[in-house]
Amino acid sequence: MKTKKITVMAMCIALAMILSYVESQIPSPGIPGVKLGLANLAVIFALYKLGWKEAAGISLLRVLLVSLLFGHVASLMYSAAGAALSLLGMILLRRIPQFGCVAVSVTGGVLHNIGQILMAWALMGSNVIYYLPVLLFSGTVAGVVIGIVAALLIKRIKI
Amino acid sequence: MKAKGKLRWDLVLIAALLLLSGVLYFTLNHGRQEGGQVVVRVDGLEVERHSLAVNGTFPLNGGSNILVIENGQAWLSEANCPDHICVKQGKIHYTGQVITCLPNRLTVTVEGGESNGIDLVVG
Repeated sequence: MKTKKITVMAMCIALAMILSYVESQIPSPGIPGVKLGLANLAVIFALYKLGWKEAAGISLLRVLLVSLLFGHVASLMYSAAGAALSLLGMILLRRIPQFGCVAVSVTGGVLHNIGQILMAWALMGSNVIYYLPVLLFSGTVAGVVIGIVAALLIKRIKI
Repeated sequence: MKAKGKLRWDLVLIAALLLLSGVLYFTLNHGRQEGGQVVVRVDGLEVERHSLAVNGTFPLNGGSNILVIENGQAWLSEANCPDHICVKQGKIHYTGQVITCLPNRLTVTVEGGESNGIDLVVG
């Protein structure tokens, strides 16, 4: 691995962590799991500029580090389930040439929420399924916003 | 041209997801009725059950959350978790409605006398 690639990856992880912290300061609307997913910007950027292995590394390290620094054990389980499913979907969709960056981001956002619901289901029972429609909607809207910003970043930043 | 074609499929995906969330919302909320009881679960296991018809204040899970029942509605008034999301979720009274506290792995669910769709899912 080239030194430059290592450096860019490190910067992406640092950025993802900072974005996670910034997002944690935004007040929650009162429904668990509804959030913007700012940190996904760094992951999508890496997915397009570095490759899927690098993006996966950044996403999983981000989840681990952020949970250790700002969260608790429960948040690590939810984040890890969300991030893993989200990553899988984004990597697959990235390979379909018909879809652009916004579709990748939307898939990431929606699958992140679905991953968290599945984890909540496993931990707390099937009542959490009632959150699915709201989280599907919020994940789509957040994914569109993040996708548009990510598309701009991918276009403008040369590495 | 290429960018335009990409955008079209992105829009199809977005529209499909929004439609799906709408359909799911309708399906899950269809036929909701006023519930009779609230069931408190920790780790998915029932620990307490209270009637919505009787007003009261109940410390849950060793005092980690406070459940209040008043005028047929239930809500969590206090929680020891940092985000207080369960408190912000407000009051519930329809069958199937649920308040969730992720850090304490606690749910408060409204249940009625007869079975609803979710009971069928549990099996």
